[in-house]
Amino acid sequence: MEFRTYLAIVAGMALATYLPRMLPLVALSSRRIPPWLADWLDLIPAAILGALLVPGLFAGESRALELGRPELIAAFPTFAVALKTRSLGLTVVAGMFCYWLAGKFF
Amino acid sequence: MAERTAGRNGGVLRDGLGTAWPICLGYVPIGLALGVLAQKAGLGPLETALMSTLVFAGGSQFIAVAMIKSGAAAAAIVATTFMVNLRHALMSSALALPLNGVSRRFLALFAYGVTDESFAVNMARFRAGGWDRWRALVVNHAANLTWIVSTVAGAWAGEFIPAGAFGIDYALTAMFICLLVLQLRSRFYAVVAAFSGLVATALSVTIPGNSHIVIAAVAAATAGYALRRRRTAGGGR
Repeated sequence: MEFRTYLAIVAGMALATYLPRMLPLVALSSRRIPPWLADWLDLIPAAILGALLVPGLFAGESRALELGRPELIAAFPTFAVALKTRSLGLTVVAGMFCYWLAGKFF
Repeated sequence: MAERTAGRNGGVLRDGLGTAWPICLGYVPIGLALGVLAQKAGLGPLETALMSTLVFAGGSQFIAVAMIKSGAAAAAIVATTFMVNLRHALMSSALALPLNGVSRRFLALFAYGVTDESFAVNMARFRAGGWDRWRALVVNHAANLTWIVSTVAGAWAGEFIPAGAFGIDYALTAMFICLLVLQLRSRFYAVVAAFSGLVATALSVTIPGNSHIVIAAVAAATAGYALRRRRTAGGGR
């Protein structure tokens, strides 16, 4: 591929990535957010984390439902560590270990 | 508050990096993998660095590299990137709550680093208190720097690095699990998250792409909002 074509692709991608990140933030933070919107946005982090996390536990790249994946099995002890410690670092290290262990057995 | 501003020089960097390291750890294997794929698609370290610096969006970079390799049109690649990253509009809307009233210039810089990971970490910290926009900015840029370095390293020497070592592929999943736990302030939030996860899973196995994230999150937040309103109305408030 020619470098100029590549440059055009990357520039387009940069805009397509940056604008959705920038426009809502700039538009909303400069005004008073109505209570109903604040209430709705308050639920977004929990909702989006559920949507980001759960599909990867039940299905891999092939997008086929599968119980007993190491990702799912390791999630239980990892969840317990997170509940108990509420520490990002400890959970990550414990999760990596559980996943490594689950990969040995499943 | 005075203490907070006084300790800004050393404290900001230390707090930010201390919070960002799980993200950075998780980015290393993914960045290396992307670098290797980019190299196989004919992109060198320089091209990879350029993309990771200007785009900084892991998921769409993987897709773009695959599309470049298969000779897709530039417009198709850009349109796909837009679709894949639309979920960040939702996150940046939610970030407007803790960042309300902040200058546009700061927000323009901050927005560059809004990713799934930095969003989730910063929202959790803002909620817990003792967190400010400068610390959040350090998290964004520490993650960004790690991302650039690991993708370039992958493009350079990725094939010599063993895949899947030490369960490191699970770092980001484990981080999301903990961040989810931190968001569950009551049973109500747990129900919203579980519902969202369920919908997302059902959608992800039926429709290709990653629109399931936005659809599920919006549906779950809206359902939760309606439920809470009905409850408070019924409770006679």
